[in-house]
Amino acid sequence: MAETQEGAPRRARPMAPHLQIYRWKITMAASITHRITGVGIAIGTLLLTCWLLALAGGPEAYDGIQGFLGSWFGRLLMFGFTWALMYHMCNGIRHLVWDTGRGFEPATADKSAMAVIGGSVLLTVIAWVLAYAMGGNG
Amino acid sequence: MVEFALPKNSKVQKGKTHAAPEGASNIRKFQVYRWSPDDGDNPRVDTYEVDMDSCGPMVLDALIKIKNEMDPTLTFRRSCREGVCGSCAMNIDGMNTLACTKGMDEISGDVKVYPLPHTDVVKDLVPDLSTFYAQYASIKPYLQTVSPEPQKEWRQSYEDRQKLDGLYECILCACCSTSCPSYWWNGDRYLGPAALLQAYRWLIDSRDEATGERLDDLEDPFRLYRCITIMNCAQTCPKGLNPARAIAEIKKMMVERQV
Repeated sequence: MAETQEGAPRRARPMAPHLQIYRWKITMAASITHRITGVGIAIGTLLLTCWLLALAGGPEAYDGIQGFLGSWFGRLLMFGFTWALMYHMCNGIRHLVWDTGRGFEPATADKSAMAVIGGSVLLTVIAWVLAYAMGGNG
Repeated sequence: MVEFALPKNSKVQKGKTHAAPEGASNIRKFQVYRWSPDDGDNPRVDTYEVDMDSCGPMVLDALIKIKNEMDPTLTFRRSCREGVCGSCAMNIDGMNTLACTKGMDEISGDVKVYPLPHTDVVKDLVPDLSTFYAQYASIKPYLQTVSPEPQKEWRQSYEDRQKLDGLYECILCACCSTSCPSYWWNGDRYLGPAALLQAYRWLIDSRDEATGERLDDLEDPFRLYRCITIMNCAQTCPKGLNPARAIAEIKKMMVERQV
């Protein structure tokens, strides 16, 4: 334990509050969402792999996973996966622009974060509308 | 290490309320983080009811008023009271800034005052910045040359001098570094926005001749590349500087020297 000048043991210092008190800005939220969607994509890819394995495993295995993915919960998962993918891609483009040294003004970064959120939702909806329109009801 | 919750000894408890003097009609509540090394208690948040009719406009004015008139035990650093020394950096209303330049009219509701986030607290609003200063020293913040010294000063063109604008103004108040989640989780290995902005200030100085060595020192997955552009630094800097951009410029220099 550290000691004071007088030689008496010093009490361990507390850590100042951080996440508990810090004001969330949209840029901070966009950053952690990038991390979370990255993890989500990894899990979604695992799901995709399961689907491919089932496809190779024959009609019974395929029917099983298709039944799960076709259920409301499966569709919700797939919708989330789609959005995570779109968000991660849009924000990835934002990072590419940053890598060129542009877009660092706080007001600009706020706007690009909004654009990424809006763009990812729009792309997700478009993808699903297209999927249903092309007859993917199975 | 990523540790979202506060350690047991750091959990903040409800504190005392210091009522406003009799007859005060224009009252504002200040919620201030308190911790003393002299007792065995956890940190707490005390409430001070300040009479705004006899208080200056800045948060620092209120803190000084509280210390003078309500509670002399309240401890904080302050010196210049005009945003050039960086001593009164703290977390006010959720963002890191200087108490002396933060106007109370910019805040709605109660004024919440905490020490700089994720720092070790020495007492009340006074954080231990030893690591922060050591990191600043580690980037060698001084001119390094091999050429023979000129008889007078090292000359610099007007254009080259302009490259230092937006960098030399940094007062090392630590607002940016302690606003950065990457620095919260990896502050022992990641240099943080303030030290990196200073590193860039010397990297682009036309008179400095140690650019290669400086870049070598920074080429590290933690020291430089823990910056993942969260942007809290640029959002919070009380001097309006942009450490995030400076860090991006260093990353660009890293790539450019390899092609």
